[in-house]
Amino acid sequence: MQEEFSTRMNPMIDPALHIWGWEIPVYLFLGGLVAGMMIISGFFLFRERHRQMDCACLQLPLLSIVLLSLGMVALFFDLEHKLYAWRMYATFKPASPMSWGSWILLLVYPALVANLLIRPPAFMADWTLVRTMTTRLEHSPKLIKTVGVFNMILGGMLGVYTGILLSSLGARPLWNSSLLGLLFLVSGLSTAAAFVHMVARNRTERELLAKADNAFLTVELFLIGMFLIGLVTSTRVHIRAAELLLSGAYAPVFWVFVIGLGIIIPLIVQSLAVSHRVRHTPVAPILVILGGLLLRFVIVAAGQESHWTRLANLH
Amino acid sequence: MARYGMVIDTLRCVGCMDCVVACKTENDVPEGFNRDWIVTATTGRYPELHSEIRSERCNHCDSPPCVSCCPCGASHVHDRGGVVLVHHDKCSGCKACIAACPYDARFIHPEGYADKCTFCIHRVEAGRDPACVAVCPTHCMHFGDLDDPNSDVTRLLESRRHHALIPEAGTEPRIFYLT
Repeated sequence: MQEEFSTRMNPMIDPALHIWGWEIPVYLFLGGLVAGMMIISGFFLFRERHRQMDCACLQLPLLSIVLLSLGMVALFFDLEHKLYAWRMYATFKPASPMSWGSWILLLVYPALVANLLIRPPAFMADWTLVRTMTTRLEHSPKLIKTVGVFNMILGGMLGVYTGILLSSLGARPLWNSSLLGLLFLVSGLSTAAAFVHMVARNRTERELLAKADNAFLTVELFLIGMFLIGLVTSTRVHIRAAELLLSGAYAPVFWVFVIGLGIIIPLIVQSLAVSHRVRHTPVAPILVILGGLLLRFVIVAAGQESHWTRLANLH
Repeated sequence: MARYGMVIDTLRCVGCMDCVVACKTENDVPEGFNRDWIVTATTGRYPELHSEIRSERCNHCDSPPCVSCCPCGASHVHDRGGVVLVHHDKCSGCKACIAACPYDARFIHPEGYADKCTFCIHRVEAGRDPACVAVCPTHCMHFGDLDDPNSDVTRLLESRRHHALIPEAGTEPRIFYLT
């Protein structure tokens, strides 16, 4: 038996860490969604699907810019020393995944703008600079493919770095998994595929994206399984951390909303839809998107509750 | 190259909290916040119980995760003594360092930057001990250079049983508790 009493009661630290509220999970979700959309639209560009007027890849860049900007507003809200936010861009720290992230976010915008310029929305199509760039792109299929590849690579980096950031914070046992980066990327891809499946006007694309979403959901389920297995086969603090999700305070949200309604049910419904036994409806994609959002909330909240000393002392 | 550390004798500490008050006074710590604190840890099964009273603070680790995770370069190792400090005017308040510390030694100052124990570096550089060490009524706290074979701290570590906090976290803390 070990019992510890402390005279410390620091705001946001005690009794359990609560430094990151809704802003971070919302940003993680939007970042993942945009990362997935960049990979999907980049892939379509690479395969020259942009030649079709109703390609989803043409709607995605503007949507991505808007959603990512909303995510960055949430990130800004989270900062406690807002007037010094620019300090992140006054340096690059190779050992800090947060530093990688701030620069990746900066590079993502030119990639999205380049994508946007391939078929700019009506309100900006007449601007001289836009027209020049669009014409240039139209005459160079190779350049368009490069833009596609650039979007896929940066989308991948955007989707992965947040998971790596959390996994580098060794003080929080729940996040000590190198799978977290991949999990966040695949979750981002599944929410993006679900979203694009809903908004795509082209029927072939809708089918393709539903099948892709099923694949991403299957991989996501496998990765969550591996993530939890990694924790329960590790040290006592890691087992206790996993128990927060498996049987503890976060279990109801985790099992019902993240796994059940967020992955398994939409996977079944979408598999039936893809094999034409039921109609495609927005129900499954909406569940996937909500599941992705809740996965972020659960991981961020439960991770802050996991701790080396407190968990080790629980009997 | 000096490596400042602390050795605290848990057999002499009575948990009076003079160190906590001295730190708050010396460093103008905002009300409701602690740069250092007292922990009473009890182990065993009744009636074979054992208690340890510890004065805890930032451990100024040799391998500080709070420094490597900082995206702004605010969290850094001071060029003298290896003391871990924060440049207030470089800190964006992202809280990565707070999440990175296994000892939960940091906090967000009401002015927005990350704050913590500084080993009273302003006193140390003037040749004095940190406030908590200077004020301790049982003289259980010792501060010095762990790389100096003749310092109090080195001699105590060589002659007494001691432990550090959460060594398995891999941070290589520089505060040792004599038992």
